[in-house]
Amino acid sequence: MVTQIHRDEVRKMADHGAQIVEVLPEAEYEDEHLPGAINLPLKKLNAETAAILDRERPVVVYCNDGL
Amino acid sequence: MRLEALGFREVYDYAAGKVDWAAMALPVEGKAAERRRAGDVARKGVPTCRLDEAVGDVRSRVEAAGWNLCMVTDDSGVVLGRLRQRVLNGNPDDIVEQVMEEGPTTTRPSTELDYIIPRIQKRKVGTIVVTKLNGQLVGILYRSDGEREMADSGGNS
Repeated sequence: MVTQIHRDEVRKMADHGAQIVEVLPEAEYEDEHLPGAINLPLKKLNAETAAILDRERPVVVYCNDGL
Repeated sequence: MRLEALGFREVYDYAAGKVDWAAMALPVEGKAAERRRAGDVARKGVPTCRLDEAVGDVRSRVEAAGWNLCMVTDDSGVVLGRLRQRVLNGNPDDIVEQVMEEGPTTTRPSTELDYIIPRIQKRKVGTIVVTKLNGQLVGILYRSDGEREMADSGGNS
């Protein structure tokens, strides 16, 4: 089960090497994203595209506001 | 979560997302980072006071700081109310809580000027309070400052 986290935890995890992933479409990512975030649009997410991520490090995913 | 199905062991969901992030005035990257926002233009260093202070004491502080208004905040900096000049010039023995304007309209630091300035123009107000998502004071956005910023950037703040 995926754990929901608060922004303070996101900041701490990013500082400790977590991979921050925005799952919105590319245009929205290009307009605005969290510092250092990687873009992996949900519609394109598969084993091939996820290969850019390190499986050994935590991954934090986000979109606009969870709605 | 698809990433878990793909074998990722530690996956977390920042459900509040980038709306929450930007509303707390945290830095962002991308094209939007270049657009001017309420938090960029708001005047900082607004004088603050507590609910139980006497208006006369607050007025001295506000005048010394060169302002004509004061924000009423709690110990965490969360905005509770506002004292405008008319009240500051009133009875010095009044207690802030009795005379403050409760719950002033606020906007978030991430609000773009292109959005907020036309709205405060329409309402014919000169200022709007800028607070973070949790209500903590950031500053005061003056309509004139916002209009100047928009004019300087050719309307593409």
